[in-house]
Parts: sequence; structure tokens; C-alpha cells
Amino acid sequence: MGQITLSSVTKVFGDVTVIPPLDLTINDGEFVVFVGPSGCGKSTLLRLIAGLEDTSSGKILIDGQDATDAAPAKRGLAMVFQSYALYPHMSVRKNIAFPLKMAGASVEEQNRKVENAARILNLSSYLERRPGQLSGGQRQRVAIGRAIVREPAAFLFDEPLSNLDAALRVTMRQEISELHQNLKTTMIYVTHDQVEAMTMADKIVVLNAGRIEQVGSPLELYRNPQNLFVAGFIGSPKMNFITGAEAAKHDCATLGVRPEHLDVVEGGPWQGVVGIAEHLGSDTFLRVHVEGIGDLTVRVSGEMGLHHGDRVSLAPQAGKLYRFDANGKAIA
Amino acid sequence: MATEHSRTAARLMVSPAVILLFLWMIVPLAMTVYFSFLRYNLLNPGMESWAGFSNYTYFLKQAAFWDALWNTLTLVVGVLIITVVGGIALALLLDQPFFGQGIVRVMVIAPFFVMPTVSALVWKNMFMNPVNGMFAHIAKFFGLQPFDFLSHAPLASIIVIVAWSWLPFATLILLTALQSLDREQMEAAEMDGANWINRFIYLTLPHLTRSITVVILIQTIFLLSVFAEILVTTNGGPGTASTNLPYLVYAQSLLNFDVGGGSAGGIIAVILANIVAIFLMRMIGKNLEA
Repeated sequence: MGQITLSSVTKVFGDVTVIPPLDLTINDGEFVVFVGPSGCGKSTLLRLIAGLEDTSSGKILIDGQDATDAAPAKRGLAMVFQSYALYPHMSVRKNIAFPLKMAGASVEEQNRKVENAARILNLSSYLERRPGQLSGGQRQRVAIGRAIVREPAAFLFDEPLSNLDAALRVTMRQEISELHQNLKTTMIYVTHDQVEAMTMADKIVVLNAGRIEQVGSPLELYRNPQNLFVAGFIGSPKMNFITGAEAAKHDCATLGVRPEHLDVVEGGPWQGVVGIAEHLGSDTFLRVHVEGIGDLTVRVSGEMGLHHGDRVSLAPQAGKLYRFDANGKAIA
Repeated sequence: MATEHSRTAARLMVSPAVILLFLWMIVPLAMTVYFSFLRYNLLNPGMESWAGFSNYTYFLKQAAFWDALWNTLTLVVGVLIITVVGGIALALLLDQPFFGQGIVRVMVIAPFFVMPTVSALVWKNMFMNPVNGMFAHIAKFFGLQPFDFLSHAPLASIIVIVAWSWLPFATLILLTALQSLDREQMEAAEMDGANWINRFIYLTLPHLTRSITVVILIQTIFLLSVFAEILVTTNGGPGTASTNLPYLVYAQSLLNFDVGGGSAGGIIAVILANIVAIFLMRMIGKNLEA
């Protein structure tokens, strides 16, 4: 079981309110991703759940039990840190066995669980090595192994992939998703990378300045962002925002259109000059200077023979325009 | 310093310093070795004659030598234990955030700047003196008989004095090591259910081993040659109760005017120090490898 409920949780450091009253329910077995720009309080929130920070007020319930003042070890949660936080002088085996040893498990039980975890994570041949002799991805797996053996109610991941290179990040991302499918344990994952959030999450919690902007499944957030912040944060490349006269034509303060919802067509409503064309092979990203509107990013499928200085005309796809009022709220 | 040419130039450039350092070491050592084979007494100057190994056999056969050897080791080990254990405890305390941290840290290092003669005199006259010393006053306040530390426990008293001056050194080195301990590791251990004792045993101590090794190696070198503290407090007495090897060499050559015997003692001390050094490096030197 791993249901976590936060009710009116706040965190104040001195005069600074990092997290204003916040309510959130995380259901058993869910993969929840906290995403937001750096400094938005997502790591603090995770540390509050872990018990590494004290809440200033409010309650944290784990499986219905009040865990607000419980010691970190008593909450039945396991955490994977950004720096992995492996114990450098212990072998991989001892690192993974450490929580079991602290819990007073017998040596046979320790060995059995460590070897089981090592098998799941493909670490069996590295058990006698020190963390310093492992690559970044292997260290990451050891950190996950140390979390697995505790059989926690929920896993907490604090930006676990940010120290890895791009290729490895994709692999580890898939491995963590797969692990979640196999273990079916609640996982809370903090990241600033919306791609990680979109690809891994069952439920994304978008945070901004300690407040929850929107909670929902990845596609819900993509399709129906409730406000400008979520609209700009979810999706890559970023949504284009158009203000001024053009927005007023659509009865809104800001008009949003995603780069993939703009087509390069003959005689479209928006005329412009290509500033940059990024050719990725599968896609082409165009940065188009449109008169009276500003720069728009356009995503075109496949190869497109457009280059700097070419004139194009753009048309938004029907029904794919997002309208926001002066407060940044979406207009339905 | 990659090419053959630059390496040669580099060797040429450092050679004057290296040669100077080498002479600095080898000339006194060679002269000591030379004197140790002479019958050389300051009371009969100009009468030096070849003595063979008799200076060595004489030095080794005297009862004071074994006392001095034992005292030297007790002094080194005693001070090391006090400074390492006390240093870890103080470093852990100073690592906690508290008001006036900066000033307290400066004050903790202060004893290290007091020269050995001065600190020994202060301890001797202001603390350990059985009539005027602070400890005597405290004992009298509780109606106890004042204890004459330097007469009845001379070596232990000297160990305390020397440990007092070396404690800041150990504290400072261990404190800097503590500050480099990764906070996330501590938090991970906390989540793993380790209480503070386990965190200390499994994380802090292993993290400190390298610094503890440095403290032990550096202090051993200096503690083998403790001299001033003994000279100004007990003069090696009563009897030979607080005589260590350097003091014995001093007594031999300058109190008995026997330069030959003193030199032989000096060479023996050098050999013993090297044995200790090799022993230490074997035992804990591997901690220094990354």
C-alpha cells in the first residue's frame, strides 16, 4: 500500500514561504511526477513527504496514518537522491544491504534480498565493487537497489537522472518506468524536465512557486492546460504565445498555439520570414518572424527544404488554438 | 612538462633547491654518525679518539634507555589517543550550527599558537602546582588533599600538556573533513533507518579515516621529539619517570658532556623513528590512497 495524502501542508523558511497551503492525494500504485522550474518547491515538497524537512503546518497521511511528525525511517518510504548518495567506502552489496542491516535483518535475508535486487537491476556482476568504480548509470541502479530492498510503501525520486548524459537518461527513464510496471509501487518523481514528466507519469503535478498549477494525466495537461504557465511548461518545443491585436481578434488576452499545430501552407493568415531552421531529420523546427505577431516556432514533420530568409505563410490547425484571459486562465 | 626538453629544464631548475635540501639533511646526519664513533667528551676537548661501537653498547645497556624508549612510546600513543578521540568529539560539536561559531573556532585553535615552553610553564605553575595551582585550589575547595601532578604522575601530566597543545590541530583537520561529508549521504542513511550512532560508525568514521591517518602520521613525527615540555616541567624526573629519547640524548651529551654517547643515542633515535614510520605506513598508510 502506498497512498499519500497532503492536507494544507505548508513550509516556511524564515520569512520566506516556500510552500503555501497545499493539498494533494497520491493514490496507491500511481507514478506521480512533480514538475516545475527550478526553485518552484518541488524538491522541498518531496523532502517534506520523506520527512527530511519538518512541515510548518498541515498534515501528511501515509496509508491513512498521520506521519507528519514521524521520523524518515518510520514512514516506510525509500528515496533515490540526485547525487545517488551512495556510501563510498562500502561495496555495492553493502550499500544495498545497508537498510536491511539497520533494520536488523539476518545475513541470509540480506543476501537473498540484495541478490534479488541486483538481478532485477542487472547489477549481479558488480556486487563487490565500490561505487567509485561504477559508471553513472550503474550508480543510479545501485541507489534504486538500495531503495527496492526496503520494500517501501512508495519510492521518492529526487531528479535522479539529471547527472546522466542524454542517451543514458533515456535508457534509465525506460528502466524506471519498467520497474514501476513490475513493482506496482507508488512512485513520486521530481524533475524539471517536462519530457521525463510526460513520458513516465500517470499523473503530473505542475508546480510553480510552491503552488499546484494543475494536476492531471500527461495528455490531459497537454490538451487542456488550465493556465498560461502549464501551457508554456508542458510540450516541447514550447507553445507559442501571441498577444495584442491578433489575440484580440480571438476575444482573448493571449492566444496560444503549439508548434506542431501550425502548418506551412499557401495563403495562410500569418506571413513571415524563416529565421532559423533546425533539421532533425524526423522533424524540422522553424523559427519564423511573423509581421505584427513576433517569433513563432513551427514544427514540421519530416524534412522540409526551408532555410534562413525564406518567406512562408502559416495557418493554425482548426480547433487547436488555446485562449487565455488577462489573468492567464484558460477560456473554455 | 611534456617534452623531453622541458623535463630536462625542469630538473635543472629544481636542482639547486634539491641539492641545498639534501646537504641540509646529510651534513648534520653524517657528522652525528661520525661523532657517534668517537670517544668525545666536552670535559676533555681535543682528546677525541676512535671508539668503535662502544658508544652504542653503552647507550643501549644503560637502564635509562629502556625507560626512555617506553616513555617515548607511552607519550606518543597517549597523546594520539587523547587528540584523536577529543578531536573527533570537538569537531562534531563545532560542526553543529550555533551562535558565535566563528569566534569559538578561532578560540579552539588558539592553544596551537602557544609555544611549548610557555604552555608547559603555564600548566606547571598555574594548574598543576600543588600549592598555587588551580587544580590544588579545586581539590582544597572540596576538602581533598592537593595532588602533586608533576612529582607523582609526571608522564601522565606531560601527556596532558602536550595533548592540550595538539588537540586544536586534530580538531581543525577533522572539522574540515567533517564539513566535506555529503549531506545527502547522511539523509540517505537517515531514510535507511540508521540512528545517529550508526550514522557515526558507518558514515562519519569511514569518511574521517583519511584525515585521522594524516593526524596520526603528522603528530607522531612531532611527538617523537617532544622536549621543551619535559625540560621546563620535570627535567625528565623523578629519576627517569618522564625521560623520553630526545631528553635522554640531551642529558647524555649536555648534562654528562658526552657528545659521542649523545650522538650514538641520536642515531638510535633516528633508527627507531624510522621503524615507527615504516610500521605506521604499513598499518594505516593505505588509507591515504584514493
